[in-house]
Amino acid sequence: MTAQSKPISKRGGHWFDGLTAGMVTQQAAVPSLRIADGEVAGHACRVLLVQPDPDSHFPRASRGEVGLLEGYGLAAAIDDAIKTDAHNPQKRALIAIVDVPSQAYGRREEALGLHQALAAAVSAYARARLAGHPVISLLVGKAMSGAFLAHGYQANRIFALADSGVQVHAMGKAAAARVTLRTEEELDKLAADIPPMAYDLESYASLGLLEPLVEVESAESPSTNDLDKVRSVLVDALNDIQPGDTGLERRLNGVNRGASRLVREQLRTQWEA
Amino acid sequence: MTELTNTALNRTEQLGFIDLSARKRIESLLDSGSMRELLTPFDRLTSPWLEKQGIVPQFDDGVVIARGKLDDKPVVAAAIEGGFQGGSLGEVGGAKIAGILELAIEENRKGNPTAAVLMLETGGVRLQEANLGLAAIAEIQSAIVELRQYQPVIAVVTGPVGCFGGMSITAGLCSYLIITREGRLGLNGPQVIEQEAGVEEYDSRDRGLIWGLTGGIQRFATGLVDAFVDDDVSALSTCVRDCLAAGVPTLHRSDDIAAPLKRLQQFDTREQIDAQRARFTLTQGKTA
Repeated sequence: MTAQSKPISKRGGHWFDGLTAGMVTQQAAVPSLRIADGEVAGHACRVLLVQPDPDSHFPRASRGEVGLLEGYGLAAAIDDAIKTDAHNPQKRALIAIVDVPSQAYGRREEALGLHQALAAAVSAYARARLAGHPVISLLVGKAMSGAFLAHGYQANRIFALADSGVQVHAMGKAAAARVTLRTEEELDKLAADIPPMAYDLESYASLGLLEPLVEVESAESPSTNDLDKVRSVLVDALNDIQPGDTGLERRLNGVNRGASRLVREQLRTQWEA
Repeated sequence: MTELTNTALNRTEQLGFIDLSARKRIESLLDSGSMRELLTPFDRLTSPWLEKQGIVPQFDDGVVIARGKLDDKPVVAAAIEGGFQGGSLGEVGGAKIAGILELAIEENRKGNPTAAVLMLETGGVRLQEANLGLAAIAEIQSAIVELRQYQPVIAVVTGPVGCFGGMSITAGLCSYLIITREGRLGLNGPQVIEQEAGVEEYDSRDRGLIWGLTGGIQRFATGLVDAFVDDDVSALSTCVRDCLAAGVPTLHRSDDIAAPLKRLQQFDTREQIDAQRARFTLTQGKTA
C-alpha cells in the first residue's frame, strides 16, 4: 500500500473537538495545526493537535504528517505559551493530542531542513517542560518516529488509549522489513521476543515510557464517557506533576529498560571515581 | 578502517578525521592526555537485544563517551562509531550519550561549567531496538536542551555516514554545528524517501542530487550549520575550540522560529526544488 492510498485519520480531530469544547480556539500559524486555550478542572492549559491539511502547499505533508510548517508552527505556538507565562508562577499545561502517521518524506522537506523544523518543535516542548509547564501527551492514533519526537515525546507524562489503532514505532512495518532485510512475518515473530521491536501497545508499555493505558468505548470518536474519563486522567496527572518535576527520569523504571538503568548507574560510579 | 598512527604523516600533512575510529576522534580533539573514557569496552555493556537477532554485539555498543578538557575547560564528549550497525543508536549506546549529558548538567548545576562535544555519524534509530532507540533519542534531546542553557553543546558531522533520522533533529538542537565536505545532514535517508514518495520525488541513486541538497557545502550555504571545515584534525580542533570560546549563543538555531516559518509559508511549491532555490529560500533577508 502506498502512502497516498492510506486513509487519512480523523481521530485526532475528533478528540481535539471533544476535549476542547468550551475552550478558546487560537489562530494557529498554519492550517494543519489546531490550538485551544482553556481549563481542565482549574488547571490552565493549551491543547495542540497536528491534523491533515489536504490543501497544504507542501504536497508531502498533506495527510497529517509532521512537515516543515508543522514543526515551526508547533514551535511558535509553544514558544508563545512560554513567553506569555514567563512571569506567571502558574504555567499553563501543554496537552499534545497525538495522531501523526510519520514525518513528511519529500525532496523539498530535506532541502529546506525538515530536521531543523522538527528540532524547533522538540526544543519548544523541552524548554516548556524545563520552565515548569506540565507537558502531557495523549496518543489517540499513530505516534511514529520523527513525528512523535517533534510532537509528544518530550512530555512529562505520555498517555495512550488502549486500542489497536494506537501505535508507537520508529518506522512503519513495511519499511522496517525492507530496511532490515526481513519479511513482515519475520518481524512479527522477532517482535514477540523483543519488546522494543513490537508494534503492539502492551509491549511498548513494558518499556516504561507510558502511563497506564486508558480504556475507552470508542477510540475513533470519543463518547461522553470517554471524554470524561480522559479529562479525569489529565486532572490526576496535572495534580501529580510537581513544580520541580521537569525531567524524564520516571521513564527509566520499565521492566524492559534494565540496560538503560544499568548504564546510568555504572556511568555515575565511574564519573565520581 | 585505517587508523592513522604514522607520526611522520601527522607532522607533515593534514591528518584526516574521517578515517579515525570514534575513540581516536575524541582523543584527537581533546587536550592531549586529558581523555578519560567512561564505560569502556572492558565494562562489556552490550546491547541486550542484538544477540537474540543473530547479530554480534560490540562491547561499547558502537558509542564512545569520555570526560576531558578543551583548552583546559572541562567537557564531556561522545562519538558514534559509524562502522558498527551504520552508527545506529540502540538502548545502550543511547543511554551512554544521554547519561553523560545528564551528568554534565549536574556538574553545571553544582557550579562546575561543563560543555559537550558530540561526533554524530549515525543513521538514527537502530531498527533492531526500535522503540528503545527512539526513546533514547528523546532523552538525549531533552538533555541537550537543558545542558545548552549552561554551556555550549557542539556537534561535529564529518562523514562518512553523515547524520540522519532522529539524530539529525538532535544535531539541530546543538549550540553549534560543524560539518565537512564529506558530511551529510538530513532527516530521512534517500532510500526511505524514494520508497515512501517514489523515485520521481527522490532518486536514491542520484548522488549529485543527494549531495547537492544535503551535503556539507549546501548545509553551510543554507545556514543550517555554523562552520564548514576541511577533513583535518587540526582544523576541526581549532573550530571546536572557537565554538567553545564563543559561549552559549544568544539565540539557538532551534529557537529561531518566526523567520524560517515565514519563509516556508511563502515558499512556492509548484515547482520541485533544487539546491539553488533552497539556498535562496533559506537565506532570504540574511547576508550570506
